[in-house]
Amino acid sequence: MRSDRSQTAPLALKIAAGCGLAFLHLPILLIFVYAFTTEEKTFQWPLPGLTLQWFGITWNRPDVWQALSLSVRVAAISTVIALVLGTLCAAAVSRSRFFGRETISLLVILPIALPGIITGIALRSAFSLAEIPFSFWTIVLGHATFCVVVVYNNAVARFRRTSASLIEASYDLGADGFQTFRYCVLPNIATALLAGGMLAFALSFDEVIVTTFTAGQQQTVPIWMLEELIRPRQRPVTNVVAMVVVLVTFLPILLAYYLTRDGDQIAGTGK
Amino acid sequence: MTSAVSFTRVSRYFGAVRAVDAVDLDIAPGEFFAMLGPSGSGKTTCLRLIAGFEQPSSGSISIFGERAEGVPPYRRNVNTVFQDYALFPHLNVLDNVAYGLMVKGVGRAERYRAAEEALALVRLPGYGTRRPGELSGGQRQRVALARALVNRPRVLLLDEPLGALDLKLREEMQEELKALQKALAITFVFVTHDQGEALSMADRVAVFNEGRIMQVGTPQEIYQRPATRFVADFVGSSNILPPDFVYRWSGQKRWGSLRPEAIRVNRSVNQEGVRARLVSTNYLGAMIRLALDADGLRLHATVPAGVVLPAEGELVTLTFNRENLHLMEEGA
Repeated sequence: MRSDRSQTAPLALKIAAGCGLAFLHLPILLIFVYAFTTEEKTFQWPLPGLTLQWFGITWNRPDVWQALSLSVRVAAISTVIALVLGTLCAAAVSRSRFFGRETISLLVILPIALPGIITGIALRSAFSLAEIPFSFWTIVLGHATFCVVVVYNNAVARFRRTSASLIEASYDLGADGFQTFRYCVLPNIATALLAGGMLAFALSFDEVIVTTFTAGQQQTVPIWMLEELIRPRQRPVTNVVAMVVVLVTFLPILLAYYLTRDGDQIAGTGK
Repeated sequence: MTSAVSFTRVSRYFGAVRAVDAVDLDIAPGEFFAMLGPSGSGKTTCLRLIAGFEQPSSGSISIFGERAEGVPPYRRNVNTVFQDYALFPHLNVLDNVAYGLMVKGVGRAERYRAAEEALALVRLPGYGTRRPGELSGGQRQRVALARALVNRPRVLLLDEPLGALDLKLREEMQEELKALQKALAITFVFVTHDQGEALSMADRVAVFNEGRIMQVGTPQEIYQRPATRFVADFVGSSNILPPDFVYRWSGQKRWGSLRPEAIRVNRSVNQEGVRARLVSTNYLGAMIRLALDADGLRLHATVPAGVVLPAEGELVTLTFNRENLHLMEEGA
């Protein structure tokens, strides 16, 4: 707790902060509101009337379901790949010293520092050079590049905080390599992996740029939305889907935040 | 009789550094064995070689007659109490203690019963449901001890087990460890840089320096008859006497050592002995430690507190019994 907690901020600062927050979040609220409008061609304000019909219409649109299912599958598989590769990489970088260790840790982090458009173009030209047809798997590969980073960062931080002698203690007490991973390493990094995995899932779910370059004819949810905005037909359907997307990505991130926060406390008390 | 632990010309190199250099060592079953030395002297590496965390670069190690090279730590009947205790933060105390039995597939009820017994042995009964983070340093150390002992190891390794404890607790644990070792009749091998700890607890002590063993012997042998200048200097605060000085008293040109408590300080300057000037006095409680200058040779003597002391700068005569002057094996 800060010692100057009792001091309140000046009124002007409060108003400025309130305006800033409103500027950031009101447009998102508007998206939600337009999901209930009766007007389907233009986003008219004030709303001419309220209706729930768009939820039913969205439910019955096969293209929405296809996009959603593709997005969920891509995100799920990218996340699984990221969990395996990110954890292995973090374990190697934090547990042992080898030639090129710093380079590898930099190269792993690079994809999030790199603009998505660069990653996208690079992957697209690589795929066409290798004559790999665009498919579900090319999207997964594109997404995995930045999902690995998220898991890696979480895992590496946790590995650094857990004492190396824990693993030795486990061996010493008779646990072989697999048992040590199962009963000693995994419980200690589980929350970090869960948090990293959820973040990776959320990132993959709303990714646009890399997907544009690596997808063929398939549409993930964000790509489908962009298409929908271009042709004005049943516009509020987009808003309904947007609400779903916000929920699907927001909840995991919130959960990840709470998990790592608790995890820190657990790891801290063990020292 | 087979040794509990036996090293034959064991070396361990880290790159160009010889952490352990051609060490021969035999530890008897049921012995309380101390490895004493300054940091970087190779004593901890020796412990890790016994535990199996390190493999020797050359030489051979056997534990109760079985060759240990290439045997992973989890297949050795040896357990370690780590310096930082290494308790699993995600498990409570009972599960920590039962860990070794759990990975061996012992049933829940049985392993918890054994873990409770081990906790009772280290005088922490009923602490099973606590988390390691809720315990004090001394309690964590006891849990680490219980966690190792529950596996009934043939050799228990202790890596600076008392290093993180405060003085009072350390003295208490010293007695307790000693009593525990006697009661369980398990071979204890412990590493320490604290000579007092090694002398007071161990049956035998090995003094390490620069990857080699300087001397192995009982605490009395190590203390009273140090083999080299290093041992004399490291184990206690012995006076190290140069060959010329020793020659005058014993007729042999060898390095010698003389314990501070063996020196008598006389205020008269007319008798036979070593002339010296008193430089300073240090009050140690029961004893007073005198720093003396004998014609350029710095000597220390301890006298019981309460005796009348010469003033600083005063000339005194030092005497000692000839048998207290120990000649070291190390040549001039």
